[in-house]
Amino acid sequence: MNPKATFRQIQTQLDSGKESCTSIVGAYLSRIRENSHLNAFLEVFEEEALNKAKEIDIRIRSGKAGRLAGMVLGLKDNICYKQHKVSASSKILEGFESLYSATVVEKLLKEDVIIIGRLNCDEFAMGSSNENSAFGNVKNPIDNERVPGGSSGGSVAAVAAGLCTAALGSDTGGSIRQPASFCGLVGLKPGYGRVSRHGLLAYASSFDQIGPVANDIYDAALLLEIMAGHDDYDSTASQVAPELYTTFLESDSSQKKKVAVIKECIEDPGLDQEIKNHLLDKIESLKSKGYIVSEVSFPFLNLMVPTYYVLTTAEASSNLSRYGGILYGYRSNKTTDIDSAFRLSRSEGFGKEVKRRIMLGTFVLSAGYYDAYYNKAQKVRRILKEKTEAIFNDHDFILLPATPDTAFKSGAIKDPVTMYLQDIYTVQANLTGIPAISIPTGSHSNGLPFGLQVMASKFNEGPMMAFAEVVQNL
Amino acid sequence: MTDKYEPVIGLEIHIQLSTDSKAYSSDPASYGAPPNTHVSPITLGHPGTLPFVNKKVLEFAIKLGLACGCDLRRENQYARKNYFYADLPKGYQITQDTTPICTGGEISFKTKDGADHKVRLTRIHMEEDAGKSIHDQDPFNTLIDLNRAGVALLEMVSEPDIRSSEEANLFVTEVRKLVRYLEICDGNMEEGSLRCDANISVRPKGTKKFGTKVEVKNMNSIKNVQRAIEYEIKRQVEVLESGGTLYQETRNFDAVSGTTTAMRSKEAANDYRYFPEPDLGPVIITESFIEKIRSLIPALPAELFKKYTEEFGLSSYDATVLTENKDFALYFEDLTSKTKNFKSAANWMIGPVKSYLNENAAVINEFPIESSKIAEIIALIDNNKISFTAGTKQLFPELLKNPGKDINSILIELNLIQESDANSLKPYVAKAMAMYPDKVIEYRSGKKGLLGLFMGEVMKLSGGKADPKVASKLVKEALDEGI
Repeated sequence: MNPKATFRQIQTQLDSGKESCTSIVGAYLSRIRENSHLNAFLEVFEEEALNKAKEIDIRIRSGKAGRLAGMVLGLKDNICYKQHKVSASSKILEGFESLYSATVVEKLLKEDVIIIGRLNCDEFAMGSSNENSAFGNVKNPIDNERVPGGSSGGSVAAVAAGLCTAALGSDTGGSIRQPASFCGLVGLKPGYGRVSRHGLLAYASSFDQIGPVANDIYDAALLLEIMAGHDDYDSTASQVAPELYTTFLESDSSQKKKVAVIKECIEDPGLDQEIKNHLLDKIESLKSKGYIVSEVSFPFLNLMVPTYYVLTTAEASSNLSRYGGILYGYRSNKTTDIDSAFRLSRSEGFGKEVKRRIMLGTFVLSAGYYDAYYNKAQKVRRILKEKTEAIFNDHDFILLPATPDTAFKSGAIKDPVTMYLQDIYTVQANLTGIPAISIPTGSHSNGLPFGLQVMASKFNEGPMMAFAEVVQNL
Repeated sequence: MTDKYEPVIGLEIHIQLSTDSKAYSSDPASYGAPPNTHVSPITLGHPGTLPFVNKKVLEFAIKLGLACGCDLRRENQYARKNYFYADLPKGYQITQDTTPICTGGEISFKTKDGADHKVRLTRIHMEEDAGKSIHDQDPFNTLIDLNRAGVALLEMVSEPDIRSSEEANLFVTEVRKLVRYLEICDGNMEEGSLRCDANISVRPKGTKKFGTKVEVKNMNSIKNVQRAIEYEIKRQVEVLESGGTLYQETRNFDAVSGTTTAMRSKEAANDYRYFPEPDLGPVIITESFIEKIRSLIPALPAELFKKYTEEFGLSSYDATVLTENKDFALYFEDLTSKTKNFKSAANWMIGPVKSYLNENAAVINEFPIESSKIAEIIALIDNNKISFTAGTKQLFPELLKNPGKDINSILIELNLIQESDANSLKPYVAKAMAMYPDKVIEYRSGKKGLLGLFMGEVMKLSGGKADPKVASKLVKEALDEGI
C-alpha cells in the first residue's frame, strides 16, 4: 500500500479487494513504529484501531459501511475522544481521560473513520514549531533537522510521513496551515463557527477552529463535509447549513472569478524571494486562464500579529484557569493548601510558552491596562474585519503565501516575537473569522515544500476549495 | 449618639432561580441531591466543554425586570469574572458586566407608618452560582460539592436609597414576596435561595458626601439582615465618635453573637479581569418575546393591594394580610369573582380560613373548601337564610369535614335555615313574654334595654334559627303594643 495514498485511492484499493481496512491499519501501524523518531504520536490506539478495522471490513462486505470506511485518522491531542487520554501536550493534564467525545469525533466515527492515535502538538496549541510540547519536539519528516511547524506539528508530520490517511488539527492563528505548508500538505481552517468546538481544548475561543490536514483537497473537503454544522453544545457553531463541499470540486470552473492579491504581502521584505516569485508566476497563470487578478492595498499587516496576540492571550489566560490541580489533572506534591495547590500545580504543570501567554493575557485584561490593550485590540479586530469584508465585496478570493519562508531548523528561532511573526499571513483569517486553506504548490531550491493560501468570505468553503484546486493544478 | 448620623444602605440580592436546569448546561438545578450528582463535564469545567444559554433564565430575568419597571436590554452580552477558587470549576464565573439585562427600576413598599417608600434599582443581571466548599465535615480536608455550581442566579443591586435597618427588612421582604409571586425563586433564605449582602456607611446628618462603605455578608434571614445592619451602624458610629477611621472592607455577620467581623479588605481584593464571554454570542431579546413574558406575569402584590384598598374599600391591614402570599391572594381573587361582598369575603379569609391554615400548619393550596362554597355561605348570610353564627360555627366546620358535600343538604341536616316567617316566629315571642311578665311591665314603663333579654329568649326558643331581624321586629311590636 502506498502510505501517501489519498482516501479516494484507498477506496479504489478497498473496492478492488487489494486492501482491507485491517491491512491498511496494519501498514500504518508498522510505519508508525518505523517513524517513532518523528515523535508525531503521543499514543497509538493499536489494538483498538485493528479491532475497529475488522468491524468495518465486515460492514463493507455487507454494504453497510459509512462514508469514511477506510479512512485512518490521527487526532491532535487537544480534541476529546471518550475514554481516551487528552493532554494538549501538557503535563498539567497528566492522567486525564475525557468523559466524552468532541462533536467532530462523534460525527466522523458515525461514518466509520478509524482513529489511530493522539498526535503531538505545541502545548495547548501555543507555538509555530512544535517545540513547546511537554512530550518533546516533533521532527519534520522531510528534513529531520527542521521543525514541522506548529502547533499541529504532529498532525502534519503523521500525514506527511504516511502514518495515517489524514489528521485533525486546530487552527487559532495558522496552526493547521503553517505546518501544512512546511510539510507539503493540504491544511484547511474552516470559517469560524463552521465546525463545532465542543470537545476542543480551548486556546482562544473566538479564534479556534478544528480542521483537517490531508494529502489532497478532496480529503479535506470530505472531512469538512462530515464535521461541519450546528451543534447544541457550541453556541458559536453557526446555524447556517453546511454544504456538500466535495461536489464543488468537480464543478465547472469556467466561470471566471475575481482574485485579490494583497500588495503589502508581496512587498513584505520578510517574504522569501522564491516564494514571492512562485506567487507571481501563479498570478500570471491565473490571468492567462482568464481570472481577474488585482492587487489590493491592505496596509494593516503590522497590526495583525500584535492584535492577535493581545486577544488570544487574553482569552487563553481565562480558558486555562480551569487547570488548577483541584478537580483533575496534575497536582503538585508540594501542595499544602488551596492557594499552593493552584500556584504550584500551575507553575509546575504548564510549560514556559503557555505561562508566558497566560501572564501576557492576564496583564492585558487587568484593571488599568484593559482599555489600552484588550479594548483597543478588539477595536482593531473590528476594523480588520470590515476591511477584509470590503475586499470580498469586489473579489471572490484572496491569494497569498501561507508562510513567509520554508521550514526552519529546530532551535533556530529563540526570540518569541520572531516566532510569533511566523503567523503573519495566517492570522488574518482567524481575526476575521473567514475560511482559509493552505495548498502545497511550491518546491523550494532548498528542497523543502511550501504552500500558497486561499481565503474566501464566510461560509464559502466550497468555492474556496474549488479555486484552491485550480491554483494547485496550474 | 446615633442620632447625629444618617445610615446609607444599598443591598445586593442574589436570587437563585427555580429553573429545572442550570444556567449554561442541562444538569438539574434542584436543591438537596446527594453531593456531586448534578455534575456533567460542563458543570465540572472539563476541558473542551462549552456553555449554552438556558432560555428560562432570560425569561425569569425579564419577568423580574418587568415587575420592577426596569429598562430591558435587547442585546445581551455575557462576561467572564475570573478568580481562582476550589468550588469554581472553570476558574471564572459567567456573568454580565457592562451590559446587565435590566437597568433602573424600583422596589416600592409601605413603611410602618403607612407611607409609600421607593428604593431605586441600579441593575439586575444574570449569572451562575459557584459550588459549595464544606469546611466542617472532615477534620483535615475541605470538601467540595458542585451540585450548585452553574445554577442560575439573578443579582439585584439597589441604589443606596435605604436609610434604616427596618427599611432594609421591608425591602428584602418585598423582594422575596415579588420573586415568589413571579414564581422565579422559592425565596428560601435559610437554604440560600435568596442571599443578601449589604453595603453600609454612615454620614453626619445633613451632609451629602457618602461615608466609607463596608460590605456585610452572610445574613441568612431577613431578621439577620436587620440585625447585621443595626450592629454595623452602631459599630461605625462608635468608631467615628471615638476618633477612629473606617476602612472599606468586607465583614462577616455572625448570627450567634450578632456582630460583624472583618473578612478581607478591598485593597487586597481580586482584579476580576472581566471581559466578554467568547463562548456565548450576544443573545437578542425580541419585542414579541418580552410581550409573551409580560402576558405571563400574574397580578403583583402592589397592584392587588391597590385594588383591595381602592376598589374593594378594604383597610390597609386587610389588604396587607390578603397579599402577603400569592396563593392566598389568588384564592381571594377567585372568591371575589363569585361574591361582591368584598368586606365579608376578606373577613372570611382573614378569620375562619386563616385560622384553619394556622391550626393545621397548612397552606392555602391545601385548604379543602372551594371558593365557590365560601361565596355561597356569604350569600346565605347576606340573604338572611342562615345566621352568621350558623355559618361560621356549624356550616363551615361541617364543610371542612366533608368538603364535597352539598351545602343545601347540610343546611337541612343540621337544621340551619333561619325562620323568617312572622307567623312561625310569633309563638316564640308570646312564650318569651309569658316567661317574664314583670320584665314586660318594666320595659313598658321605659326600660327599653330589656329588649335584648326577650330577643335572647326568642333565639333560644327557636333553636338559634330565628332570623334576628324579623324576630327583633316582632318582639318590639309585641312589647310596644301594650304601651
